[in-house]
Amino acid sequence: MSRRFRRKITNAVALGLSGIATAIGLFFLCAILWTLLKHGLAGMSARLFTASTPVAGADGGLLNAIYGSVVMTLIGILIGAPIGLLAGTYLAEYGRGTKLSAVIRFVNDVLLSAPSIIIGLFVYQILVVPMGHFSAIAGAVALAIIAIPVIVRTTEDMLNLVPQGMKDASTAMGAYPWRTITSVLYPAARSGLVTGLLLSVARISGETAPLLFTVINNQFWSTNLNDQMANLPYVIYQFAGSPYKNWQELAWSGALLITLTILALSILARFAVSATSGSKR
Amino acid sequence: MSVAVDRAAATLERHAARQRLREKIFAGATFVAAALVLLLLGGVVVALVTAAWPAFSHFGFAFFTTSSWNPVTEKFGALAAIYGTVVTSVIAMLLAVPVSFWIAVFLTELAPAWLKRPVGVAIELLAAVPSIIYGIWGLFVLAPVLQHTVQPWLIDWVGPLPVIGKLFQGPPYGIGVFTAGVVLAIMIVPFISAVMRDVFETVPDVLKESGYGLGATTWEVIWKVVVPYSRTGMVGGIMLGLGRALGETMAVTFVIGNAHRISPSLLAPGTTISASIANEFTEAVGALHSSSLIALGVVLSLMSLTVIAAARFMLLRLDRRALSSV
Repeated sequence: MSRRFRRKITNAVALGLSGIATAIGLFFLCAILWTLLKHGLAGMSARLFTASTPVAGADGGLLNAIYGSVVMTLIGILIGAPIGLLAGTYLAEYGRGTKLSAVIRFVNDVLLSAPSIIIGLFVYQILVVPMGHFSAIAGAVALAIIAIPVIVRTTEDMLNLVPQGMKDASTAMGAYPWRTITSVLYPAARSGLVTGLLLSVARISGETAPLLFTVINNQFWSTNLNDQMANLPYVIYQFAGSPYKNWQELAWSGALLITLTILALSILARFAVSATSGSKR
Repeated sequence: MSVAVDRAAATLERHAARQRLREKIFAGATFVAAALVLLLLGGVVVALVTAAWPAFSHFGFAFFTTSSWNPVTEKFGALAAIYGTVVTSVIAMLLAVPVSFWIAVFLTELAPAWLKRPVGVAIELLAAVPSIIYGIWGLFVLAPVLQHTVQPWLIDWVGPLPVIGKLFQGPPYGIGVFTAGVVLAIMIVPFISAVMRDVFETVPDVLKESGYGLGATTWEVIWKVVVPYSRTGMVGGIMLGLGRALGETMAVTFVIGNAHRISPSLLAPGTTISASIANEFTEAVGALHSSSLIALGVVLSLMSLTVIAAARFMLLRLDRRALSSV
């Protein structure tokens, strides 16, 4: 076999493998979506959105769980967004180039990939133990801690994309840095900042592990933030592992709801970012 | 006249003072927020170690070397959980790294322009699917499939082999260490391939073009130019994936079987650190049981934070903007 032929064969095999690997990856995305649609659509009905989670064997919906997930995600973002935004601003502006900000950036990147169950244990120790009971607030704080690194990261990246000339122009007119940041940088980076928020919502709305020891669940309709509250991820966890057919069906419907929401948010975020920065992705 | 000037100057001074005050407040607020991020990591470590202290001091070093986990007699050892965590992650990495590498190659070097973006986005979406979805899918779809196809095949053909055969003996349970590893692999493939793609895209075109100019095939350019150039970044991406696999909770909890024991067979049920915590924490009655579970959490933090920090360190050298996916 000539050397040239061997090189050609190797090339063909290698490239063929890469096609196969990609097909495998796409196959699993399709397989998961298909399973979710197959099992989840069966339970999609008005009842899902009007009734609370049932006791074993009875009929019911996911209203209380949907409400709880939305409320805790919103509170989580309301706590996390200002902190993340300000910290990202520090890294991009006030602390730019300093050793401290390099350390904070590194720690933030580590937190970004830290196991979420650890965050759950942490919030259990600092909130649930002193308060003496599980609560929606504790869950929201856990979600906020997971959202913060995402927001810090995107805020810094997006602020860095704003052209230096715009900052200089503002400074030349005598504006203090805070005025430049709030009146020039934030508006210029607005859609990028919104992207960061969308991504963090997508990230925390499916998180389950941090809720296990902070809010747990609530079989009933509850709007009390100081009490256990139903939430979609926990309901999916609990119901999927149950032996009851209708519970399992609700779990699939909940799984479909969460996945579609997150995929929609991720796609929306992508549009938001490509609309402004004109970046490839 | 001078009164008017004085008044104007005073107004200006007041205005400037107000501006300076606002500047101080705003700058202070950003600093406090940034410091909070730093304190968060410290707080996590301190809170967990404090809560785990009773278990560490009660069991001493034996906590890491024994595998009995008995809430009734209050004997707790972390070995089975550590073993499960390591083994599931190793299985996941063995399966996921080659596939991720090839996907990244496809996305950067092979795919035609019109296919690049949709496939890239699809892979990234797969990374955005929450882990509980992988868990329930793994339990209801993947585990039965593995139980009826892959596992009997492994038992029949690999089981009789010397040494390695020990890993694939016994009945095909469906759920177990092996299945957990496979689910983890499916979960981290999109993640690792997205990082690798970003890393590959930092290779300057001139380098690749000089490879092609010398008559190299596409594969030779990839293996001899792209890979060596991006080695550190690739390893960083792989380790980031490992960090994820080590700490993953929900996807594993559904399919691992939750048995605190070390079986020679990979097909048998086992447990991981995160799965043990998720399963038992709210039901732990004794103080020592809770403390031991948190001690498991400390072990997990130590393992995953070390791996993640090393990964981030390797990725530091790259332009952060190139790493859009992490």
